[in-house]
Amino acid sequence: MNIQEIITALELKVITESKAFSQVVPSYGYSSDLLSCVMAGAPHQSIWVTLQAHSNIVAVAALLELSAVIITEGAAPDAATIAKANEEGVVLLGTEKTSFNMVGLLWELGLRCKPAE
Amino acid sequence: MGEPSRFQGHTITDKDAENITRVEELAYELKIDAVMTRNPATVAPDTTMCDTLNLFRQNRISGAPVILNNTLVGIISIEDLIRCLQKNDLSSPVSTYMSSKLLTVHGVDPVIDALKLFVSSDYGRLPVLDENNILAGIITKGDITSGILKALQKDYHAEEVRRYRASHLFEDIESDRSSLILRYNIKQGDFVRGGAASSAIKRALLRLGATPQIARRTGIAIYEAEMNLIIHTTNGGVIRVEIEPHQISINISDDGPGIENVELALRPGYSTATETVRELGFGAGMGLVNIQRCVDSMRLESVYGKGTNLRLKILLQKEESVGEGSTPNKEN
Repeated sequence: MNIQEIITALELKVITESKAFSQVVPSYGYSSDLLSCVMAGAPHQSIWVTLQAHSNIVAVAALLELSAVIITEGAAPDAATIAKANEEGVVLLGTEKTSFNMVGLLWELGLRCKPAE
Repeated sequence: MGEPSRFQGHTITDKDAENITRVEELAYELKIDAVMTRNPATVAPDTTMCDTLNLFRQNRISGAPVILNNTLVGIISIEDLIRCLQKNDLSSPVSTYMSSKLLTVHGVDPVIDALKLFVSSDYGRLPVLDENNILAGIITKGDITSGILKALQKDYHAEEVRRYRASHLFEDIESDRSSLILRYNIKQGDFVRGGAASSAIKRALLRLGATPQIARRTGIAIYEAEMNLIIHTTNGGVIRVEIEPHQISINISDDGPGIENVELALRPGYSTATETVRELGFGAGMGLVNIQRCVDSMRLESVYGKGTNLRLKILLQKEESVGEGSTPNKEN
């Protein structure tokens, strides 16, 4: 399942510049609003579901090389955050749904969490 | 996950966007005389259309400037030849069919000027004049495309050379112990630039030939330390990274306020972050824990009221060595 299929199936809003989404296949899913937890727990190239919409999510997503960040409950990043994300090649997607709902839908689509080591 | 091909699909990838910007830049940087065709074949007003046809055929061209006494007086193109052929009028002189409504450019002008003229007119070629308004060459869209391609290739080559040089940084320098030191000043409260230093360090390491794993580990450790400086210090602090072929030593220091209880600070989940900072998603009490996880050794010293010093070390295995021309494992 690639990012384009996820965007279409879950009717996500593409906040950052359009990319070759159909060529990006996320590894796993992850959700938390605490950045240090994300740093510790989000697997490489995974999709991160969060309520946070401020510019530091971009730094985190870029460092971890995440496939995409889904920002929930309609939280909207500001223009500077979007610009920074485009610069770093970070994909930001948006939804009005809650994080719990989004995680459930992603799971239904077949996305899983990384098994504990 | 393979690197998507630049020409696959219709969406523009970041890589494409990067190149488009570079192409645009080049359109402004490159001068017309760097991409034009010099000494183009020319005809005189009294050359017959028949001779012109042969000239086009022999030189595989589709247009030529018309010159009289060293002065450009017109341009004759394959379209004019077709009109002439339809009338079966090949014995006529060029002057009957040439276009004398001329659009010209100068050799010293940037390529973008020619591109603008191509877009605003339906001309396929433009005569290029020198500073004395004497014909110096001719430029077509094809000349621009191949000129920009060549320049892009040169750029690409230059980046390869830079990367190669950086990855062999220590190899050619003789000393008993060589190292590269990077310093970053971090401002207190500067959330907007949060992560800038760690990103820069990660990029530098990749250029030096570090494996993606090492670059990511270092990036995460430094990100946490960088955010600590932004969130908790009085006046910000300094990140100093010393890169050696066999290890990366990181020193993060500030001049206050210092940590009241170091043991407590190291406990997972313990945080002194304010409510405002927590709302931004910081203050999970995992920063130092994360750092510890990413490095091979960590020493935290703090004097409450004075300041904090955090020393980290990441050891590199032989195959992870940086700056000595090691080939990094290609990820993905």
